[in-house]
Amino acid sequence: MIGRAPLVLGRKTFADITNDICAPVEGGTKRGWLSLFALTLVWAGIFFSVVGAIVCIGTGLMGISHPVGWGTMIVTFVFWIGIGHAGTLISAILFLFRQKWRTGIARAAEAMTIFAVMTAGIFPALHTGRPWLDLWLFPYPNQRGPLWINFRSPLLWDVFAVSTYFTISLVFWYIGMVPDLATLRDRAKDKVSKTIYGMLSLGWRGNNRAWSHYESTYLILAGLSTPLVLSVHSIVSFDFAVSLLPGWHTTIFPPYFVAGAIFSGFAMVVTLLTLVRTAYPQFQDYITLDHLEVMNKIIMTTGLMVGYAYASEFFIAWYSGNGYERYTFINRAFGPMSWSYWIMVSCNVLIPQLFWIKSVRRGIIPMFIISIFVNIGMWFERFVITVTSLHRDFLPGSWGMFHFTWADLGLIFGSFGMFLMLFMLFIRFLPAVSIAEIKPVMNVGKEGGGHHA
Amino acid sequence: MLKSLNPTGGLVGIWSEEHQVISAAKAVRDAGYKKFDAITPFPVHGMDDAMGLKASWLPWVTFFAGIFGCGFAVWFQWYVAAYDWPLIIGGKPFFSLPAFVPIMFELTVLIGGLSTVGALFVVCGLPKVNPPIIDPRLTDDRFAIFIPETDVGYNVEKIDKLFRQLGAEEIKKIAEF
Repeated sequence: MIGRAPLVLGRKTFADITNDICAPVEGGTKRGWLSLFALTLVWAGIFFSVVGAIVCIGTGLMGISHPVGWGTMIVTFVFWIGIGHAGTLISAILFLFRQKWRTGIARAAEAMTIFAVMTAGIFPALHTGRPWLDLWLFPYPNQRGPLWINFRSPLLWDVFAVSTYFTISLVFWYIGMVPDLATLRDRAKDKVSKTIYGMLSLGWRGNNRAWSHYESTYLILAGLSTPLVLSVHSIVSFDFAVSLLPGWHTTIFPPYFVAGAIFSGFAMVVTLLTLVRTAYPQFQDYITLDHLEVMNKIIMTTGLMVGYAYASEFFIAWYSGNGYERYTFINRAFGPMSWSYWIMVSCNVLIPQLFWIKSVRRGIIPMFIISIFVNIGMWFERFVITVTSLHRDFLPGSWGMFHFTWADLGLIFGSFGMFLMLFMLFIRFLPAVSIAEIKPVMNVGKEGGGHHA
Repeated sequence: MLKSLNPTGGLVGIWSEEHQVISAAKAVRDAGYKKFDAITPFPVHGMDDAMGLKASWLPWVTFFAGIFGCGFAVWFQWYVAAYDWPLIIGGKPFFSLPAFVPIMFELTVLIGGLSTVGALFVVCGLPKVNPPIIDPRLTDDRFAIFIPETDVGYNVEKIDKLFRQLGAEEIKKIAEF
């Protein structure tokens, strides 16, 4: 029989686990955390300044114009929504498949989902141009008729998909955290944290009659999140696929988008977790090298999937015999914006193949660098899809170009500031690994243990 | 079920091992107690069987709430697009069902999920302000069995003896749980 790798390293007692995971929350504010938090705060400040400028002056500050009406906003929206998918995949889909290794990383990955979707949500809201009227996106009785929203529009499906996704992910994350918040409440020394964690833990006491219902709810939420996460990026892809534009009007889009989302999301999880492990060495026993290796294998596999999608798109563009479709793809690879296409191919298809080498797959520095490349590549994938399809469509007379402005760059750059700021707050004030979930699996893969396995 | 959420006094035994508390729960159940509860830092597998709990009925809430969500989405989109102010969009019929499927799915999930969590809150009596805590270690590394004084055949000496036989490392009487 092949031995199983232990999910938690070292011989630990239940109390050791509680102490290890609660330490960053209870240890007071450290200098290192404070300086990093200040950095991300300034970074997020840049983002909100650019957002403020765009709200006050207008979307004309950005590079969008005729014919490229969907620019940075949409590209970055799809990018961040995609990042979110890894968290739900880890927390829900791997839970349903009883993949116990997910336990160590699920909480942080889910937090990443929440923050990524929060960041993503800003973009379509701004893209409308008049964000103070975004209420019009929702169906409510109004004095204009009532003039309802158009339920046949994929853009509207997106409003529902993203808001449902955010709500259910948030509830799933929070419900999963309630027992750990109760642990923090019971351990709290001072009155302020006792009150705050007491409120957040909703009065959870861990009695089995409650656990029984709790576990069933958790399973149901995982079951609901699984089709939900697949639907969200499918519906995002409908925004493109339901149109008639060459390069957008393809049936491959839903699975292609979902694979890309998982690919980019896992890369972001690796980026964040390598940093968390470095900053908090006690987490290295919970977020083990084996976990990271498995994620790197998934990155490599999904990288091959998106590579297959790129190839298949090209093949179909030729095989369809449609001149416009064929031109769009030749223009992507060899036209004026071919640089973005080749950044995409090299970052997404070529570079992740380094994970075939075991030392790269298990090396913290190599995997961190590769994960950054994947993040860059996946941003450019959405750029290629959105912008290169729009800038040259049917009539050469209406062709044009897209030029980045400072507002575009500020938004892209700044959005990472908002995301990282939220993640910094999470790592300081909430348990970054699920205490109640890791205890039942702590003996898996160990001698004389693992009777739960 | 909901009655046991009202605070009552009772006797608590505390164990330090998972398997001990499972056998203790079995023994307490065999001794004829009905309203007792186990308090554990994580869901202990096998505890539901040991306590003789039936499977949770919350999935039924999800099922019916999900059906309601889906039905509501169909009705609402029909009302908006085909009844209240019909507009021809893209040459499609007023009641264009395929285009309504995404919203039907999203509302099924949204209403199903939120109702399940709402039902969890109701059945567990959450949120509870200032819940009586027996011992702070029960969310860390200790396992307890609580027998309320309202339970059938509640008798402090008898329970104390039972807990002692079962190897409890600590036994205490509490005013409310």
